[in-house]
Parts: sequence; C-alpha cells; structure tokens
Amino acid sequence: MSANVSAPKSLPDDYLDYPLRRYGMDHERYEWSMLPQRKHVAWPNQARVALWVVPALEWFPLNMAGVPFKPPGAMQTAYPDFRHYTLRDYGNRVGIYRIMKALQRHGIPATVAVNAAVAVRYPTLIEQCNKLGWEIMANGLDMDHLHHGGLSAEEEKKWVDQTLSILRKASGQVVRGWLSPAKSESFNTPDILAQAGLDYVCDWVNDDMPYPMHAKGKNLVAMPHPIDIDDYTILVNNHHTENDFRDQLIDHFDVLYKESATEGGRIMPISLHPWVIGQPYRIKALEEALAHIMSHSGVWAATGSQILDAWQPQAT
Amino acid sequence: MSIDRLSIAGHERISYSALPARAPLQWPNGARVALWIAPNIEHYEYLPEQIRVRNPWPRVPHPDILGYGLRDYGNRVGVWRLMELFDSLELPVTVSLSMSVLDMYPELAQAMLNRQWEFMSHGLYNTRYHWNMTEDEERSAIEVCQEIHVRHTGQRLKGWFSPAASNTLLTPDLVAESGMQYLCDLYHDDQPTPVHVRHGELTSLPYSMEINDSIAWRRGQEAEAFAQKMIDEFEVLYAEGAVHGRVMNVAVHPFIMGQPHRIGSLAKALEYIRSHEGVWCATGSQIVDCYRQQN
Repeated sequence: MSANVSAPKSLPDDYLDYPLRRYGMDHERYEWSMLPQRKHVAWPNQARVALWVVPALEWFPLNMAGVPFKPPGAMQTAYPDFRHYTLRDYGNRVGIYRIMKALQRHGIPATVAVNAAVAVRYPTLIEQCNKLGWEIMANGLDMDHLHHGGLSAEEEKKWVDQTLSILRKASGQVVRGWLSPAKSESFNTPDILAQAGLDYVCDWVNDDMPYPMHAKGKNLVAMPHPIDIDDYTILVNNHHTENDFRDQLIDHFDVLYKESATEGGRIMPISLHPWVIGQPYRIKALEEALAHIMSHSGVWAATGSQILDAWQPQAT
Repeated sequence: MSIDRLSIAGHERISYSALPARAPLQWPNGARVALWIAPNIEHYEYLPEQIRVRNPWPRVPHPDILGYGLRDYGNRVGVWRLMELFDSLELPVTVSLSMSVLDMYPELAQAMLNRQWEFMSHGLYNTRYHWNMTEDEERSAIEVCQEIHVRHTGQRLKGWFSPAASNTLLTPDLVAESGMQYLCDLYHDDQPTPVHVRHGELTSLPYSMEINDSIAWRRGQEAEAFAQKMIDEFEVLYAEGAVHGRVMNVAVHPFIMGQPHRIGSLAKALEYIRSHEGVWCATGSQIVDCYRQQN
C-alpha cells in the first residue's frame, strides 16, 4: 500500500489537539453573533433599508510591486502596462462623474473610499466630492500599499497616519471610516485604526449589519461592505453581463426589503469601482438598479457615518 | 501499459456496474427521484496551526480576513435564510457538518437539532485535511467527530464526507469500522452503490460536485445559472427515474447561497422541483436504508 499507511506518524504530536474548539470564535476580533437573535434596528423616519453607496477612488501605480499579492485591478502586462494603468485612471477622470450623475438624480449621497494618492494627485476630484456632500472614507495610501501579516506595526501605523493626514487635509472632513486596499489586513490593523481615531472599518465581509470589533483603545465598528456582489467581482472577475449585475443588485435589495418588514432595519451597501461601472456601456446597470431601489418607500439613502450614528445608540 | 495497471487494484473500492443493466431501484410510493439537500455548514480555522498539504487561505502572509470573513458570513447570516427556505418547503435536511460547529456555535446546533436535521460528518474543521494521515491518525480524526456527535445527539454518526474532500486510501475502511453506513467521497453514480471495505458494510451515497454552489461559485457562475442547472439536472433524472429510481443531491453553502442576491434563485429551483409528484425528499440515511433493503 502507499507510503502514508506504512509511515508510523505523519502529524506533529499536537495536531489532534484543538485548543480553539470552544464557544464562539477562534480569534479575539469580535464575538460570535447570529443575525436573527439580535435586537431589531430602527432607522430614522421608520425607514426599512439604509442604502449605502460606496464608490472607490483608486490609484494603481504603473510600477506597482504587488506585494504580498496583486490586488484586484493590478497591472497585468510587462512594464510599462499603460493599458491597465490608463483603464483604471479612466475611473477617476470620467467614470466617477457618471456615478455622481446617477446618484444625484435620486439625491443619494455616497461614502467614497479614497486612496490618499488620489487626493494628492487629483485635488479637484476631492473638492467635487465635498460639493456633493459625500463622505470621504480612507482607502489606504494607494493600491500598492497592502496591509498584511508581514507588515510591522510601526510601518503600518505610519501608513495609516499618513493616509488620514492627507485625506483630512485635502477634504477638511474628520474621516471616520476605513477600507483597507484589497480588504487585506494585518493582525494589528483594527488596533491601529482605532488608535488613529477611526470609527468604522469595511474590510470584513461576514455580516449584513454593523457589529462591534475588539480593538485596543477605542470602539471600532465593522460596517457591512460586500465582496461577492461588487461591480468588479460580478463584471470583471465573474464575466457576468451588465444586465445580470443589475438583476443581482435588485435581487439583493428585494430580499433585504422583504426581511426589513419583520426583522428590523437592513443595510444595502453597493460597492463600486468607477473604472468598472463608469464605462458608458455599463452605467445603465447602476441607473436601473437605483431606479428600482428608490421606487420603494422607506429607503434611506445615507452615508456610512450617518448609518453608524443611527445604529450605535441601539447597539447595546 | 502493463496488465497490472489494467486489472483491478487491491484498493479499488467500487465494482463496475452499468446502471441500465441493474435491477430497477424502487423508492417509496413509486417515487422517481430521491432528493436530498445538503447544506455544508462549516468552520474554517482563522489560523490553521499547521499548514499541511494545501494552504486553506490563499492570501499570505496570514491572516486572510477576506476568505475567513466570507465563510463566517454563512454561520452569522446566510444559514438562517437557508433554514427559512427549507422550513417553508418542509424539506428534510442532511447537513455536511464541520463537527466543531456544534461546540463553537451551540445556538446554531440547537436550531439544527430542533429541525431534526441529520448530521453527516464533514470532518472537524474544513481546514484539517486527511491527506497523508497515517491509519492511527485518521482513526483518531474520525473518532473526534464521533465523540462530538454522540455528545450532542446521543447517537453515533451514520454518514461521512471527508473535510474538503481530502482522503487517504484507507478512509472508507476507517469510516465503516467507525460504524457509519454511508460515504459521500465518491462521485461515480446516480444511485447508491456498495463500497468494498475490509470489515463491515459501507454504501456510497451520491453527493454532488456538480450541483454544488461552491463549484459554480468558483467558476464565477451566477445564482440564476446555478438554479437552471438544478432544474436541468432534475428533469433528466426525473425522466430516467420512471424506470430506475435516481438520487438527486443539491449541495449548498450558506456563505454562497445564503447571500441576499442568491437565495431567491435557489428558492425558485427548489419550489419547481418540489411541485412535482414522485419526488421523495429524504435524508441521507433514509435513502441508504431504502437502498439496502433492496440489495
């Protein structure tokens, strides 16, 4: 028979010990909690669903290193990859303005996740977001500064401080939210974010509602921000059609709206990348989904901070 | 090729049998299709202590909060949507269960026990693979699962599906020796079939690696396409089941099908299948019992 049977032992002595098999999570970042057993949440004016639109303004350096992995949207060809560099930058020059127009039609504010590099390079874009009353959320330095387990706490703290300093100065906003580039964190990220004065983080994809995280020094709330149904995943990664993306957003909303009748307020986050959805042939998918959503009564279009502030006093 | 390579090896588990040549398999009340639904309710360790054979979290260095968080969504949120759907359709359910879930999330365990869902062991964690284990080690890994099941249900496990479909050549022997009746690691048939084991009796129950949302998800297929695949699968099995009873399995994962943008497609397909006469909705062990009575 094979070697694995004749070998006396293949595992370390403690492999069949399971110290983390215990009640709840096998880590300390948050508590185990089932959505249906939580207190129902009420939104302002008896709204049923809080609509939270989150476009990301990203900058992918032409000479990006892609360490420790290439983030979604990274350069692909040999250097210089002008093709993908410019396709990404199209979002900041053209695509985002289509999203702005689509949201303005319904008076929907956005929370925009911004790489600090975008604020440095394109200050007028930040001014335009401010004019629309959009909330600025930090999205790291740029798409080539990934937070990960191999990053020292000192270095990561520098990155976070620098990102916040640039974005706060450029926007004049407090900047309360954080999205890590590529949703990648180190072991220290939530602690560093809380200590930097941030109120919420959007990296975790394990819930439909906000929940408290354990971070050193301060409260930090995880806000729901999906990976499985953003424009990049559906259109670029999964190659679904634009109409399919629209239909999936509508399906998503319809389920949350129905649940909100009996389960308390829900949140519908829409994660967007202007270089994806902002293409002329694609924008209609967003417009039609928003038209469907906004045709319902009890939809509260809000920023992340507004949703957090409404949720926080109810989270006991 | 040498004749040795062409002959039946000592460890071959399944004898060849052409399905149309078999005596027709009968389901209760003349049903054509035995439908069993298997949600995979799993736990993936946040930081697997020892990485063996395959790294469960592709983003390194760890932590991979994206991979972990997405799977955690299933237990916090997605599974409750599946429960509501299966309740509304009065579907018996056989859970492909990471047995650690019973200890880690007792509220979820209670909700499953209240519904009389059958637990099929899917290993302790979906991040502890059986590949390359020795016989003693694999026996211990199986017995840990039995111990948890006995503690929570008072009974020994009836079914086994190896964690992450990871095996050794001895897995079927050890599963049978542990007292279980059926195995879901083999995908060679539309009906239950005998598995050759050194002691006792073991039946292979058709589990699906095709009508399986994690396979569709990895291929980037949308929920509507998955639902259509379910319907197409059902229609062929239903037609064929007029002569030879068939098994249809639907394997889902709460973190995939329990997402709000997907649950409606699963509901539509299950409602369509449920609207037919001659569909026997059963648990894994009920199907195996019925098969064994005829063989």
